Amino acid sequence: MSPTGQRNPKGALASGGTERTLASRRTSEALVRALSATATALTVLGLASVLLSVIGYGARGLSMTTLTQLPRPAGTSGGGVANAIWGTLLLVTLACAIALPIGLLAGMHLGEARSGRLVRLARTSADALSAVPSVVFGIFVFGVFVVPTKSFSALAGATALALTMIPAVARATEVAVRAVPERLREAALALGATHFRVITRVVLPTAARGIATGVLLAVGRASGEAAPLLFTAWESRFFCDDLREPTASLPVSIFTYSISPHDDLHAQAWAAALVLVALVLVFQIAARLLSKRREDPV
Amino acid sequence: MSATATTETSESSPTTTESSAERTTALGHVMRNLARAAAASVLVLLIALFAFLAQGSRRSLQAFGLGFVTGTEWDPAHGRYGALPFIFGTLVSSLLALALAVPGGFLVALYVTELGPRRVRGPISALVETLAAVPSVVYGVWGVFVLAPAVQSAAPHVSRALGFLPFFRGPSQGVGMLTAALVLALMVLPTIAAVMRDVLSAVPASLREAGLALGGTRWEVLRHVVFPHARAGLFAAVMLGFGRAVGETMAVTMVIGNSGEISASLFAPGSTAASVLANELAEASDPLHASALEEVALVLLVVTVLFNLGAHGVVRRYLRRKTAGLSTGPAEGELGEAP
Repeated sequence: MSPTGQRNPKGALASGGTERTLASRRTSEALVRALSATATALTVLGLASVLLSVIGYGARGLSMTTLTQLPRPAGTSGGGVANAIWGTLLLVTLACAIALPIGLLAGMHLGEARSGRLVRLARTSADALSAVPSVVFGIFVFGVFVVPTKSFSALAGATALALTMIPAVARATEVAVRAVPERLREAALALGATHFRVITRVVLPTAARGIATGVLLAVGRASGEAAPLLFTAWESRFFCDDLREPTASLPVSIFTYSISPHDDLHAQAWAAALVLVALVLVFQIAARLLSKRREDPV
Repeated sequence: MSATATTETSESSPTTTESSAERTTALGHVMRNLARAAAASVLVLLIALFAFLAQGSRRSLQAFGLGFVTGTEWDPAHGRYGALPFIFGTLVSSLLALALAVPGGFLVALYVTELGPRRVRGPISALVETLAAVPSVVYGVWGVFVLAPAVQSAAPHVSRALGFLPFFRGPSQGVGMLTAALVLALMVLPTIAAVMRDVLSAVPASLREAGLALGGTRWEVLRHVVFPHARAGLFAAVMLGFGRAVGETMAVTMVIGNSGEISASLFAPGSTAASVLANELAEASDPLHASALEEVALVLLVVTVLFNLGAHGVVRRYLRRKTAGLSTGPAEGELGEAP
């Protein structure tokens, strides 16, 4: 009676009308609609609950002290996460300094060269690396950087963050570069421009918006990463003034504070979470605005 | 528009000054080689990860062999390392999360591509993707302070109703396998929804129109025309979601309870491969302990990479020439924007 048993989908469609009444067909349609609306509502609710509790509890714990003071010894009240905010900005800036040149150049090579064994392998590697859990990068840097230097350090943390960023930046750059219409390249070449000039004066300016979007997304994601920093940047109670020393960061502070037994630290974890979410969403929204205003080149 | 301006300058430069043209070619050579080296470094990084972890896990491999994955006891104090509790915890939490997130993500994708009112599709899609950018550790805080207490207070009622099943027996301390699976489900759902949305909107409109023209309702067209066409891509979305759930570290570490026991009850605490790494690596002073953890990391690396490459392979074969780089993150979900 139902068309579901039939092998041929086209046949099912055609015979649907004769085998089922229009009313029953409409009922299943309405049912699916209701289901998908419910699932969507639940999803939005769940995600909104996360965001709203961060805003609610975070605002309660947030004050000038939280933003400007160093942590106090556990158990005593007061103190803040100023060093973690500074640490996150420092780590992300350093990570960009390492990851952006490599990621951008690699992406340009993938986008311009297109074929060849190295390109295929590098592209597959970038895809594979983007799936690697960030904790694995932390272990890698712990082994090749922290263990030999015998010290957790801001440099090690930034390196681990950079490794998580490189594949994303490379792939985003590749997609943006490949989206540049071929006729622009050909026009420039026909006018006698060298390949180098075509890239710097035609391809890059045209692809800039797409590249910037990808970079913003990667930076936003990296600033929220805690797993690569756990055994690299470690944590610290002070401002980081030496890159060879460990440094605090917002994600790691949030982690350690929220699993600690002190209520005071829980409040600070929420406040730090609010600061972190604000930071991450700024990057996310900037990227979204940038990609929205995409105009057709030429 | 900037492109037109630059072509003018590049037209005049080679004719006016020969030396500047030579310099740009030299610079071009340097840059091309740098770019090639950068691309190669991505490949080298992947190989280095494998080599490092394989080398690091040698000691553990020699000591335990296959017993590593079947051993149920993880006891650093006595030098005994069996990773089965973590494999079990990873599989249970990820599969349970997928059991919720796959139907959920699928329905959300349907809503934002096909069934929802046109006006709300864009905003909902954007909202879900934006919230997916919230860091894992923040989901963890929410899990610890909001979800875990809720699970704890709901647990006795669930036990009373479903206690005849072994999965819902015993007390709940809030944190545990179920809480971890719920947090994970919420975290991977946007990924799955975003990829499925891209896959569904890549189905040619002509097919849909043909189905509708034959008198099908929207749902019938979806079911008999769109889904069969998009099957491979939908499957790839599930694989990507699984890879992501398996590797998720911070939120899970915070809410799973971190116990090395295997328990049938979902209320009981557990551990995953990623969570044991986050908890123990920095304190692993015994070389065998460190080596065992590196073997866990190696397994994690292999599994996530295989699932990701598998998903890409499925999509690539399905899209053939339209390969546009399937992103793993919903934030970069650009499959639908393929040129």
